[in-house]
Amino acid sequence: MNSPVYIMWLRQVKKYLRSKSRIIGSLGQPLLFLFALGFGLGSLYKQAEGGSFIDFLVPGIIAMSILFTAMFAGIEVIWDRQFGFLKETLIAPVSRFKIMLGRTFGGTTTAIFQGIIVLIISVIIGFRPDLLLLPVALLFMILIGLFFTSLGTALASKLEDMQGFQLIMNFLIMPTFFLSGALFPLGTAPEALKIVSYFNPLTYGVDGLRGALTGVLQFGIPVDFIVCFALTGIVLWIGSEMFSKIQI
Amino acid sequence: MPKKSGEKNNNIIEVKNLVKKFGDFIAVANISFEVKKGEIFAFLGPNGAGKTTTIKMLTTLLEPNSGTVSINGFNPQKEKDETRKSFGIVFQDPSLDDDLTALENMEFHGIFYGVPDKIRKERIEYLLKFVGLWERKDDLVKRFSGGMKRRLEIARGLIHHPKILFLDEPTLGLDPQTRNHLWEYIKKMNKEEGMTVFLTTHYMDEADRVADRIAVIDHGKIINHGTASQLKKETKTNNLEDAFLKLTGHGIRDEDASAKDNLRSHARLWRGRK
Repeated sequence: MNSPVYIMWLRQVKKYLRSKSRIIGSLGQPLLFLFALGFGLGSLYKQAEGGSFIDFLVPGIIAMSILFTAMFAGIEVIWDRQFGFLKETLIAPVSRFKIMLGRTFGGTTTAIFQGIIVLIISVIIGFRPDLLLLPVALLFMILIGLFFTSLGTALASKLEDMQGFQLIMNFLIMPTFFLSGALFPLGTAPEALKIVSYFNPLTYGVDGLRGALTGVLQFGIPVDFIVCFALTGIVLWIGSEMFSKIQI
Repeated sequence: MPKKSGEKNNNIIEVKNLVKKFGDFIAVANISFEVKKGEIFAFLGPNGAGKTTTIKMLTTLLEPNSGTVSINGFNPQKEKDETRKSFGIVFQDPSLDDDLTALENMEFHGIFYGVPDKIRKERIEYLLKFVGLWERKDDLVKRFSGGMKRRLEIARGLIHHPKILFLDEPTLGLDPQTRNHLWEYIKKMNKEEGMTVFLTTHYMDEADRVADRIAVIDHGKIINHGTASQLKKETKTNNLEDAFLKLTGHGIRDEDASAKDNLRSHARLWRGRK
């Protein structure tokens, strides 16, 4: 296990595990959504749709914490550029693709870890996932993680500094989350919203995850899987292309 | 067929008519020079003279507009990996991962350069002892002082036993004690391993003391080269600093303060770093 991909992965994971404040800090937002919306809107949801809103919400919140952690992990390339470590990796006799792959796997691992923490907390407050389909849920978590880590890496390859970060946060990460069906059922949403969400990759990730965990589905697991798989492949390729064009 | 390293002639670095332009600005204007195997070669010049740009072209980080470069017999543009295995580099700016330990930074480098397990462990131990950091090997780098970080970077650059060591202002901001230590290590490596050293520095006394030969670059052109005593003789001066000032003038140069400086302060705020 001495390949550059592995050591790069290990580095990402070690850095993550060492920053306890980051692990706890990035749980704050998902948990706030889970508790405030879950309990706040629970009775309203019950009247309209029937069933538990927490059950509906949990997969969306898991997807949210994966989305955020993965995007940040990708965007970390900017920090590495800033603190100089990127140079050390790019000047080594290792292909950029391998470096990017190791980074992406590392970021994905931390994102999934973050998602699993949310899942565990949800179980504590009463969420009961379908145990048989947990591997399927994990698969969707991996795909969401890979997709957004690669996307973050691709964007960070083009950014010189963190100035553009607010832009990404407000015009990419937040809309991706809100327009994905993570918070409300798309089935009863207005047509315009529905159409927008069909173009959102996270919609399929959330749907697959929700299907696996609770059995509630919009598109069906095969469709979700094919879309997520294809899009992840594409963005991984774009990410590695852009990463390999970084000039120091 | 794998190419043998350029041992047939004595020059480990050969640069011919090298040119690099950034838009209209000519950073490196048609320079040529050679560095002999086992030599300590100093590349001196004021800020913005083209030193770092030249080093970047020699070390595969930047593509020249024209001219040819040969590093250990390899072409840095076409034979990137072979070139990269031939040299170690200590950058002007830090390039360690602060959130990893000294040992982890070393391990990372060794694995990235494909050094086999057993040799890697031996060399890392040897090098960390060599720069006096073995007792601190499990400490996070962010707890290290500036001098310790530099020593670690130099040790790291040597793990894969490079034929050439590039040092871009390695002693910047270090106290005289640490500077003296560093040059002693480097001279020792140069003698014992026959390692060629290519360095830049703003401390003329250092260049005077350690360098076998010196090239002075300004406005992207090499304006003089030779041994320290040759340069002093030609400029009719007593020390290298005066010779340097005579060659490059007394005007103060601006260094390009990039967006990076802004980002650094931004980053500190963001992460609560010191």
